[in-house]
Parts: sequence; structure tokens; C-alpha cells
Amino acid sequence: MSVITYRQALRDTLRAEMHRDENVFLLGEEIGVFEGSYKITEGLLKEFGERRVRDTPIAEEGFVGAAVGAAMLGLRPVVELMTINFSLIAIDQIINHAAKIYGMFGGQTSVPMVIRTPGGGGQQLGATHSQNIELFYSFIPGLKVLAPSTPAEAASMLRAAIRDDDPVLFLENLGLYNTKGEVPDGDDTVAEIGRAAVTREGTDITLIGYSRMAMVASQVAEKLAEEGISVEVVDLRSLRPLDRETIVESVRKTGCAVVAEDDWLTYGIGAEIAASIQEGAFDWLDAPVRRVAMAEVPMPYAKPLETAALPSPESLITAVHETLRAVGRRVG
Amino acid sequence: MSITTAQEEPELIQLLTPDGELREHPDYPLDLTAAEKRGLYRDMVLVRRFDSEAVSLQRHGELGLWASLLGQEAAQVGSGRALGADDMAFPSYREHGVAWCRGVAPKSLLALFRGVTNGGWSPDEHGFHLYTIVIGAQTLHATGYAMGVQRDGAVGDGGSAVISYFGDGATSQGDTNEAFNFAAVNNAPVVFFCQNNQWAISESNDRQTRVPLYRRASGFGFPGLRVDGNDVFASLAVTRAALQHAREGQGPTLIEAFTYRMGAHTTTDDPTRYRIAAELEEWKLKDPISRLRAHLAGTGEGDEEFFAAVDAEAERLGEQVRQECRSLPDPQPLDIFHEVYAEPHAHIDRQRAEFADYLASFEGAGAEGGR
Repeated sequence: MSVITYRQALRDTLRAEMHRDENVFLLGEEIGVFEGSYKITEGLLKEFGERRVRDTPIAEEGFVGAAVGAAMLGLRPVVELMTINFSLIAIDQIINHAAKIYGMFGGQTSVPMVIRTPGGGGQQLGATHSQNIELFYSFIPGLKVLAPSTPAEAASMLRAAIRDDDPVLFLENLGLYNTKGEVPDGDDTVAEIGRAAVTREGTDITLIGYSRMAMVASQVAEKLAEEGISVEVVDLRSLRPLDRETIVESVRKTGCAVVAEDDWLTYGIGAEIAASIQEGAFDWLDAPVRRVAMAEVPMPYAKPLETAALPSPESLITAVHETLRAVGRRVG
Repeated sequence: MSITTAQEEPELIQLLTPDGELREHPDYPLDLTAAEKRGLYRDMVLVRRFDSEAVSLQRHGELGLWASLLGQEAAQVGSGRALGADDMAFPSYREHGVAWCRGVAPKSLLALFRGVTNGGWSPDEHGFHLYTIVIGAQTLHATGYAMGVQRDGAVGDGGSAVISYFGDGATSQGDTNEAFNFAAVNNAPVVFFCQNNQWAISESNDRQTRVPLYRRASGFGFPGLRVDGNDVFASLAVTRAALQHAREGQGPTLIEAFTYRMGAHTTTDDPTRYRIAAELEEWKLKDPISRLRAHLAGTGEGDEEFFAAVDAEAERLGEQVRQECRSLPDPQPLDIFHEVYAEPHAHIDRQRAEFADYLASFEGAGAEGGR
């Protein structure tokens, strides 16, 4: 067992997958000589050469579209989009082509590509570079969307994404790259796509999150345990397919839930989770499902304002307290 | 400062004049046998007949939509016959003539436009991908595919090439310009075959570009040329040369096939609302089929018996595709869940099961759906 960063787990996995399968190659801007804006591809150009690590012109629609074509040939491109914000320039190729070619070509041509990209704010990158728009892709039949929160998950889920025959949007997070966690040495686990994980068992309330907010949820659960509140944490891990069964099973046990999300509240991922809970656990609910999300404003640039806009551990704790009060517990 | 604009008369590569006279071109020698010429004539006549039958089928409610190729037979048959067995074509949605050359049965195209299948034909078997409806997107797929071919080492001796079809309207799209740039930078073995049929639905050429389209290539750093797209010989010769250029590892070429969409954009369009009838009459004088017929008749390489036999074959083809189209089986409701993902997917499984239960609830119901 080694303790490594989320960044290192991604890099190690890319490297191992490139050794495992000659068809896997990397494509994107700044990923070669510059080794990636967030250094995920560090050392890979040197090791694998330009044939496997392709620096591209600065044209997201172009290189995502070219990757779709390469995938149609049977290659396994792993595209890096510098941030998920830039996927907006490539959105036609993602939604209209990567996601639909398999169906529109009568199931004859799969598009086994991965788009790796970080979302998230908190880095003072301003309104256009700090968004959480994974919802757009989670909405689309034909795509799969994975959102790991720990280094071990990042590794096993990236393996799964690369080996999967469907197009996968692999969501990373700027706030997770430097986080550390245990990863088994020589691990070759391939995560099952579409499975959430109960990362902490509890009995009083279910706290649901994904990506950075799954990590925050775990920290909050730890803190609430000191107050004698037993929180069960569900890490969604996969946004499409969504593991409704695990969510519902947990809420049926605890009787109440708070959803934590970094995106905007209205029409957000949390809305889908809340709807799934009322469909599957209505009779078990003792209180309304609460959602904690980012303020519904374009992300501010000024540090104090950015911090104010993002959901905080404190806002989660408050939501948990209020929910438990609603079911008649004395808390906080 | 001098700027080259569309007003200047660009060079048009032509091997067969509208009157059916052969012209030599130093860069594009073409030595066809009489049988090969007759083959091209037959291709064009049959494709035109099939196309008109498809328009008629749509008018009778048998097809949802049809995009007619009328007038573009030479550009499509000429370039289609230039392709080698190992080459791959990425069409837009009007390339019925190229499909024909790649051995795709007319019935398969009708199945696609009738909506009974999403597939219709095997892209790998025919070296001809399925139609792309979004304007210009396939230029990027072709470029990425070509970069893959290049990566696999399939350029040089015995190499293969990729060709991407698109129209003049697509040249305004970002995708197409990004494809040009990617292909140029990577020296990808791809031929960009632009059928400039003068109209992007109702937008005329002069609303789309200030320079002749083929000249765009020079800005990206690869050769571009304009060919008479109503001349099947020239279309064949220039495409053959461009494909060979790509196969040998010399990179992309832009071919602008200068032609005319004699019909509507699709069956939902009425071109009389935006273009004058005289224009069509002018282009009829440059018709791709009549000029080859004039040539064959003039040289004696085709006689009346041959022309009559092709006409008769065309009539039989029309009848055949009409029958085939009407006998295509309808897809079943549960088919909507097929082919969403290549791998199993929980959402799809759940929806399919729910929908199957719903459908089953009607079984045994009376004629009025009573309970």
C-alpha cells in the first residue's frame, strides 16, 4: 500500500494503460512538452514519444472530433481537456457525435474514447474557468460520466473508463489533484462503472456527494461523529449511469438525506438525486431531502467572494443539523 | 494591397467539355477504356434514376426525408470510382452516388431514410461510413481516422487514404477549418472533397466566401484545386491523384468540385423561393450525364443500343427500389433501447424492462383497448 496523490494515481494509471494496450494514446493541448496544465501527463511524452502523446493545436472541437475519428478506427484515445469549461467549445463533437455514433451507425461502430477533464472552483480562475458543468454530459444518453473522489478510485475508474467501449467523460477536480490516499501497490482493479460506494456507514442521516464534495462529506461526517451524529456517506462515483439502488438503500436505512454538490442548485445533479430518493424511499423519509450547492451566480474572481459562493463544510453541517431537527432530534 | 476575391476567374480543371469534347490536362492524364467510360455513364444514369425514385417515394410518404443529388452525379461517381478498396470515405448525407460506387445497395440507403435501421450498411465492409447529418463534423472524424491510419503505418507503398465529403456550406464551419488545420499540421492522409453545389440551402456562394473555396487550402499549407464537378473524367482524375498523394504520405488535398444542386436541398425545401429559374437552365447545359453521352456517341464508344439498355436497366432499378422500400419491415418499439451503449447500462436495462411491461399490459386487450 502506498500513499500517493490523486494526480499521481491518474498519471500512474495512464502510464500503465499505455503499456498494457498499444491502442491507448493521449491527445490534447499542452499535454506533451508542457506535460499538462496540471501535470497529469508528466514524463509520458519522454517515455512514449509523440506517436502516443499528441500535442494538438488549441482547438477543442478539433481534437475531440479527431479523437472520435481515431476511436472509430479502433484506437483508444484519452483526450485531456484542460478544464471542463473548454468542453463547451467541443460540445457538438461530444454530444452529437461521440455519444450518438454507436446508435446512429446501427451499433456497428463504437467510440471507445475517454475525455479526462477537471471541473471545480476555488482556484481564483474566474467565472468562465471555474464551472461544474458535468450535468450537461450526465444528461446525455450514450455518454458515461465518472467522477472519482479518491486516488484509489481515480485509478480503478480510469482503468475502467479506458477499457470501456463507450465514450466516457472522466471528471477530475482541481481541488482534488493534491489530495492523498492509499492505493494498493501493483493494483489492477477495474471499477465497475455505475456503482456508488458507501464510504462510511452510519445510521442517523445519509450524506451524498461526488468528486470534491464526496471528500468534503467524509470530513463533515468525521466532525459530526464527535457530536454523536452517525452519518452514512454515499460517494456517487458515477453520474451516468447513476446507482439509484445504493442511494435508496441508504436512505431507507437512515430516513433522511442531504445532497452536497459543487454545481448550481436549480436543475442540478442534486435535483436528480432528490427525485430518485422520493421515488425509491418516499415512505421511509422522515424529513425533506436538502440540497447544498454553490450560490447561483457566475463564480466570482475575488478570493473571499469565491469562498462565499462555494459550498463549505459548515454549510453541510448546518443542513445536517436542520434536517435532524426536522425529524425531532436535538442537535447542534 | 491586393486581395484575391471570388470575382476573379479561377482555373477549372476539365477533361470533358459540356459538348463532350476531350481536353488534355498536363497534370491529370486519364486513359480510360471504352468499357470504363461506359461504366461511368451507367453509374451516373442509374444513380440519377435511383435518386429520382427516392424523391418520389418521399412524396408518397414512404420516406421521412431525402436529400437529392441531382446534378452532382459526376462529382460523386468520378471521386467514388477513384477510391481504392482499402480507402475509407466519410460522407455527409447526399453522397448516394459515392455509396453506389462503394457497393452500398440503394435499399440500404432507403432503409436509413425510412428510419427502419440506423445502420443500413457496414462501414468497414464498404469502406464507406454512415451518413453524418451535422454540417462538417465528419471532416474531423475523417482527419482523426486518417491520423490513426498514419499512426498504424498504413501510408507509403500500398498505403490507404481517407476521403471526407462535404458541401460548400460546411466550409464556413469551425469543424471543417479545424480539420484542415489538423490534417495539415499532422500531414494526415486525407482528401477533402468539397462539392460546391453553389447553394447552402438558400445561402448562395457569395454569402459564404470571398475567395474561391479551393484557395482556402493554401492558407492551411496544402494544395487545393478546383475541378469541373460536372465532368466525371476530371473528377476521377483529380481525386485519384489526390488519394495517391495522401497514400504516399504527402498529406492532404482540398478538391473543390464545382457543380450545381439541380434539385432542392432536401425534400423539405423549395428552391424556387430563393433562386431564379434561368440559373438552373444555364446549368442544365453543363449536365454531367448528357456531356458523357455526347462524348460516347461522338466517338462511337457507345451506341443507341447501349444507351437504350442503360435506360431500361434504370427503369428496372426504379421499379426494384420502389418494391424494396415498401417491403422493408418496421422496427419494433423496444428497439429504441438497442444501440444506445456498446456495453450494458443499468439505466437502459431499467427503462427497457419498464417499457416491456407497459407494452405487455396491452396484450389480450380488446380491439378498443378495453379493460
